[in-house]
Amino acid sequence: MAEVRMRVNGTARSLDLDPRVSLLDALREHLGLTGTKKGCDQGACGACTVLADGERVNSCLALAVQYSGREITTIEGISAGDRPHPLQTAFVGHDGFQCGYCTSGQICSAIGMLAEHRAGAPSAVTGHLAATGVPLSDAEIRERMSGNLCRCGAYNGIVGAIQEVAATEAAR
Amino acid sequence: MRPFAYVSATDVAGAVRAISAEPGARFLGGGTNLVDLMREDIERPGTVIDITRLPLDGVEELPGGGVRIGALVRNSHLAAHPLIRARYPVLSQAILTGASAQLRNMATVGGNLMQRTRCVYFYDGAADCGRREPGAGCDAIGGFTRNHAILGASDRCIATHPSDMCVALAALDAEIEIESVRGTRRVPLTAFHRLPGDTPHLETVLAADELITAVELPASALAATSRYRKVRDRASYAFALVSVAAALETGEGVVTGVRLALGGVAARPWRAHEAERALLGAPATEESFLRAAEAELAPAVARSQNGFKIELARRTIVATLRQVLTEGGAA
Repeated sequence: MAEVRMRVNGTARSLDLDPRVSLLDALREHLGLTGTKKGCDQGACGACTVLADGERVNSCLALAVQYSGREITTIEGISAGDRPHPLQTAFVGHDGFQCGYCTSGQICSAIGMLAEHRAGAPSAVTGHLAATGVPLSDAEIRERMSGNLCRCGAYNGIVGAIQEVAATEAAR
Repeated sequence: MRPFAYVSATDVAGAVRAISAEPGARFLGGGTNLVDLMREDIERPGTVIDITRLPLDGVEELPGGGVRIGALVRNSHLAAHPLIRARYPVLSQAILTGASAQLRNMATVGGNLMQRTRCVYFYDGAADCGRREPGAGCDAIGGFTRNHAILGASDRCIATHPSDMCVALAALDAEIEIESVRGTRRVPLTAFHRLPGDTPHLETVLAADELITAVELPASALAATSRYRKVRDRASYAFALVSVAAALETGEGVVTGVRLALGGVAARPWRAHEAERALLGAPATEESFLRAAEAELAPAVARSQNGFKIELARRTIVATLRQVLTEGGAA
């Protein structure tokens, strides 16, 4: 067994875990945070996306022991008390889901993606890598979010929701 | 997943000491390939040595203009690094076309070099696979071969190397720095991955007790005028059918410098030496590009379902060189 100490959604947590336990299973089975979903369990679908020190990762391929000492944020940790995160509100407004199984991963991924874009990170569809202030077009959003699958096919709503939040942030 | 002992290394000397004492142990970087393979019961290490806390996560400019990349730099951080974007755009582009943003945030440079094939027969424990089990046959031959190699394969294995990053590194003359209890050595990227021959289970020249500590890119004026082009079944988040890394320099209509490498076609990132030889000093024209592509692909062998890759590679080489010629590099 290995001792794992993490801050999860702002709270210090300490767990004694078999090193085989994934970060995803630690969150769901050991901490009861079942908002993060297990889809493929092999890094292909993005349903398990959480933020580690603000960066989006697939928690299914992460061994929990590797993340000892890190700050983990899940879907349960993004609202401000009773006030939903702007992306949560926008996903509802744009019908950015149907069954909802991929939604927590989509939203955590979008939070990470918007931070990457703000930091100036390029994507595979960014024409000139040296360019700065690349606008977050629909094509950019689709490419940057391609690690999150939605088998209901709510992609148009997902892109619309992210576009709305990105525009609000940019206007600020 | 089988049980394993977990060790977290805090310095390079400790990491290489730990692995030299534990034959069969594996270094764990981002885990995006190794954890999956352990879950599939293909990798079965008795000990996992976590190296993600080693201080190997820097990208530094070298005197003379080259760049040194620590083995634990995350793929996403490398792709977004200003030095790489400006001087080696083909490398940023290659990384950004690989995997997903989440995986790129986890995956390390050293781990990317050590990626194992995505051949479905390699992943299927019930299939015959000499890459997985030394001496076994190859169920891919005679099976579904659409994604398999057209260059450098053998009758023991027709798998391809999955990395995009390594294709750019092959074109850029990258060198790999390797550490063990015996000392430090350097290996050119193009000599790091092995072709299958009769021993497909030997995938790289890395010994079981060696650790990749860095990748160095030499200074290159040519590298700034470079691009990566990847052709795949989906527009994003898919492995390459064929990919091309190209850097090109011309003067008075003649090719004065060229670097070319292919992905998705062989068990290693394929530096296209024949094409480069055909291009150097030739007129920078569509005809030269086509002749060069044909020279490189002359030894290509089609299997039952992947013959299209030969034509696809020919066209993608020509299209990528044409784009670098007319539009310049991606920087």
